[in-house]
Amino acid sequence: MAGVSRVRRQLPTSPWLFAAPGLLVVGAFVLYPFVSTVVNSFTDRRTLLPGRFVGLANFRELIHDDMFWTGLRNSTLYIVGVVPALVVLPLLLALLVQKNIPGITFFRSAFYTPVVASIVVVGLIWVWLLDERGLVNSLLETVGIGRIGFLSDQWLLLLSAMAVTVWKGLGYYMIIYLAALANVPRELHEAAAVDGAGAVRRFLTVTVPAVRSTMVLVAALSSVAAFKVFSEVYLMAGPDGGPAGEDTTLVMLVQQTGTGLTGRVGYASALSVVVFVVTVALMLLVLRADRGERA
Amino acid sequence: MTVTEERTGTAPTAREARVTDEHGRRVRIGELAWRYALLLLVLALTVGPFLWQLSTSLKGPTEDIFGSPPSFLPEHPTLHNYERVADTIPVWDYALNSLKVAGASVVTNCVGSALAGYALARLRYRGRRVATLVFILAMLVPVEGIIIAQFTTMRELGLNNTLIGVVLPGSIGAMNVLLMRNAFLNLPYEIEEAAYVDGANAWQRFLRIALPSVRGTVAVVAIFAFMGAWDDFLWPLIVLSDPSRFTLTIGLNYLHGTFANDERLVAAGTVIAVAPLIALFACLQRYFFRGVGEGAVKG
Repeated sequence: MAGVSRVRRQLPTSPWLFAAPGLLVVGAFVLYPFVSTVVNSFTDRRTLLPGRFVGLANFRELIHDDMFWTGLRNSTLYIVGVVPALVVLPLLLALLVQKNIPGITFFRSAFYTPVVASIVVVGLIWVWLLDERGLVNSLLETVGIGRIGFLSDQWLLLLSAMAVTVWKGLGYYMIIYLAALANVPRELHEAAAVDGAGAVRRFLTVTVPAVRSTMVLVAALSSVAAFKVFSEVYLMAGPDGGPAGEDTTLVMLVQQTGTGLTGRVGYASALSVVVFVVTVALMLLVLRADRGERA
Repeated sequence: MTVTEERTGTAPTAREARVTDEHGRRVRIGELAWRYALLLLVLALTVGPFLWQLSTSLKGPTEDIFGSPPSFLPEHPTLHNYERVADTIPVWDYALNSLKVAGASVVTNCVGSALAGYALARLRYRGRRVATLVFILAMLVPVEGIIIAQFTTMRELGLNNTLIGVVLPGSIGAMNVLLMRNAFLNLPYEIEEAAYVDGANAWQRFLRIALPSVRGTVAVVAIFAFMGAWDDFLWPLIVLSDPSRFTLTIGLNYLHGTFANDERLVAAGTVIAVAPLIALFACLQRYFFRGVGEGAVKG
């Protein structure tokens, strides 16, 4: 690195010119909004009205707001429903496409297609598939089960939205697992096979320990994403999260409260602060679980 | 993602009678059979919904789309629904808006993150560590949590309800900057040092030596910027209120909200929105997979 220090003398201003556009954008549209969200959460600011400092009033209101608890419950349930599926299913899928058999690259790409599509497209595809008169119900009726109101029942709708999230994420995490599986030494599998371990046993004693850190990574990524769920539920339950808002998620509530000309920026910011706190807590929790198990 | 690339090279040729796995050992016929059965099942589950949407969009007004058992292929395929979408919402204007937003996002992200990444990796100055930290912190901030403040910021700048307002917050992604930084850090320094000795300044070294060596990463940044902007929903939903300025995703949401009962229409709209990205993916798969690997490690 000896040559680098000489650069400074030669071109004193250019390093900052290189970094300036990036710093400006990130500062103005990420870090400043972050600080201003925290500040606004202590005010009664509205879209068209500058706010006054109100202390913890927003947070006190939040505790007594039923919609807040509904949103928090749904977003938390989303983690519970989505994360186990997204940790396990893509791993199984990666094992399925790992072996190099003819046509496998086609299958790998095909399984990735849902990742590429916009969540709006995916949401609308599934709204139609799960419609009272849609394909899934046609098939269920054909096999004699009868039609199910996937999108009319509060809990079925939330479950359906989770299924859509899992469906869209499968290919993404499959690729992450494929990279991890490539690093598992084949000798381990062979030794286990020689010892008479079956496929399930080898999966649990060789594969899982070998990709454990990747599983933790996937758990961290998918739990943070799950808690911030917006689009799937917005599209499937409607902008208000169902007739009585019973399927509203926390981020949907932020969007409903804070936007538009009558937006309650202060209160929406307090809700956003909850999103920050939970997100950070989730990351710490997963990282701690990782360290605890490894020790 | 070298995994994918390495394996394509070892695909068995037609002359080989037996099928071998990645270690060159034979795969039994029985195992092969259930593997393909499972692969086809997953294929039906992942790609099937797209094909069903395509099929619905091609079915004419007289054809039953609700039938049980369902009919998977349209009897008389017609593009009529695509004409109707264009009559209902200005779908081609929306597509153009999406293209503008995605194109601008590609340019700003490639240029901005290459420049900043180079400054973080290769140039030495006071405050470099602080600058790196700024990007790391920005990467950790969840977008959903700052969206209201971004909206008020845009209002203050008078950019709400404009396409520039849609592009700006994601115009130089912190993660892209850090991806570029890593790419530059992985280059051997000797080449640039030689250029330095020859009298090349920072701009010349950046443009002629460093940048051409990280083209792969630039391609990854470009693709993910395009996909991110084309697919984005929450932010354009908040910042755009005038229907004449909608992007495709917001237009689709509007179409769904207003004409939800017309499944053929919505299906045609979704096909228009997803087709360009599937085509892009088909051509540039390598970079899509590589981006997942690099992004996951960083993110």
